[in-house]
Amino acid sequence: MFLHINEVNKQFLNQKEVSTVLSDINLEIKEGEFVSILGPSGCGKSTLLSIVAGLTKPSSGEVLLNGQPITKPGRDRGMVFQQPALFPWMTVEENVMFPLRKEMKKKEAKETAHQFLKMVQLSNYTKHSPHELSGGMQQRVAIARALSMNPKVLLMDEPFGALDEQTRSRLHTELEKIWLETRKTILFVTHSISESIKLSDRIVVMGTRPGVVLEDIHVKIPRPRANHPQMVTKLEEKIMGLLQSEIDKVVKEELAYAANN
Amino acid sequence: MQQTIKRTIFFALLLIIWQGAVRIFDISPALMPAPTDVYEALAKGFSDKTLIYDILASLRRLAIGLSLAIVIGVGLGILLAKNKSADETLGTLILALQSVPSIVWLPIAIMWFGLNEKAVTFIVILGATLVMTINMRMGIKNVSPLYIKAAQTMGSGGLDLFFKVIFPASIPYAVTGARLGWAFAWRALMAGELLSSGPGLGYTLKFASDFGNMSLVIAIMIIIGVIGTIVDITFFQRVEKNVMRRWGLETSN
Repeated sequence: MFLHINEVNKQFLNQKEVSTVLSDINLEIKEGEFVSILGPSGCGKSTLLSIVAGLTKPSSGEVLLNGQPITKPGRDRGMVFQQPALFPWMTVEENVMFPLRKEMKKKEAKETAHQFLKMVQLSNYTKHSPHELSGGMQQRVAIARALSMNPKVLLMDEPFGALDEQTRSRLHTELEKIWLETRKTILFVTHSISESIKLSDRIVVMGTRPGVVLEDIHVKIPRPRANHPQMVTKLEEKIMGLLQSEIDKVVKEELAYAANN
Repeated sequence: MQQTIKRTIFFALLLIIWQGAVRIFDISPALMPAPTDVYEALAKGFSDKTLIYDILASLRRLAIGLSLAIVIGVGLGILLAKNKSADETLGTLILALQSVPSIVWLPIAIMWFGLNEKAVTFIVILGATLVMTINMRMGIKNVSPLYIKAAQTMGSGGLDLFFKVIFPASIPYAVTGARLGWAFAWRALMAGELLSSGPGLGYTLKFASDFGNMSLVIAIMIIIGVIGTIVDITFFQRVEKNVMRRWGLETSN
């Protein structure tokens, strides 16, 4: 199996109380798959992604990429965060060249950077500073930067969460196009049901407290999904039903907590 | 543009009131010289070049002191930000020293270096180093964890991570530190020169005061203020503003 998440558990010590964020997560992801991890806030989906990135260590269990256990962050796993995380003291082009500068000569790195900036349609902005770009453009640079180092997996942590609706919708189309072109394995964390249906082959629905996998749904709707609104609505309702009890659980817990304090 | 007009009118009025008050109440020039007397002292000082030499001497000392202070401050700031033990010990000492005006070090500096330029430069370095250190430490500590995480996922770590990401990310704080350092250094320099030897603006001010030449005293006070303001506005504020904008820290206005 390409990416294997094996019996992953994660506990945090929170004011002397141990809280379990992830409980026995098992996932097997095939090469080239677009997988969304969907769940309400607090279900540990971002923590799971961070473990795959190697930025967070699991309390137990392991993640294997091509059979190799993940112990630290590496260039084989590109990450796109909710905030673009571009370095403001560099131009757009220099930002995309950042992960390349040690692997290749400057000229080659520049050409590669331009190639990926072209892919996200920002060829005309290579010499701009990040702050001169809109939020959506900045996020596209971040995607180009992650893709430029040719990672085996692209990890995306609610990458469009901070954008307005129109921009988000445009970037969905663009990401789908890039994925069809490159066939990268993508692990995409989101709390938006429609976003996950629009983009992914598989939706891993997670429940909260502790974070567990509720259901692993294979989306069989032909792309582009916008052409099949009835099937999309049906799946949306199904997932909504799954998550409703989870959201109720969160509300109930919070009320109980408020009552006790 | 309106701002310039307001300013011009304000300063013109100030000069008129000053001149009028001195003339009407017939105040002795030994107590308060009129603006015209101050202007004469300025004109004389610039035409015989004594004031120019004083300005150059002071600025030279300041440049040496401030550059050294920035280098030392950057080094110490990084050390305090990166090493917890150093922060808990040396960091406390530096905070404590910050509340001691650097000029009170002059007597001991004169004992160490003699009544000369070195003692004054020492005071200048001391005045600017502490504030530079404190700002640099803050800068390194406040680097967004997101930048560090992003760099790590791109294969950066160790010294590469420090020099390519953490240090550049802390530049806005370093610039503020240098600007405050300049202000502290300028004050320390003038105080040091007043109590030490020349040439320099502070020394000439003391010299003029000993001879009861209050026109020259006020002329030099004006020069000190004007240089301080010009350097701050045309250099430090501009650099700071550019850096803040580039680093995306500018609040929209």
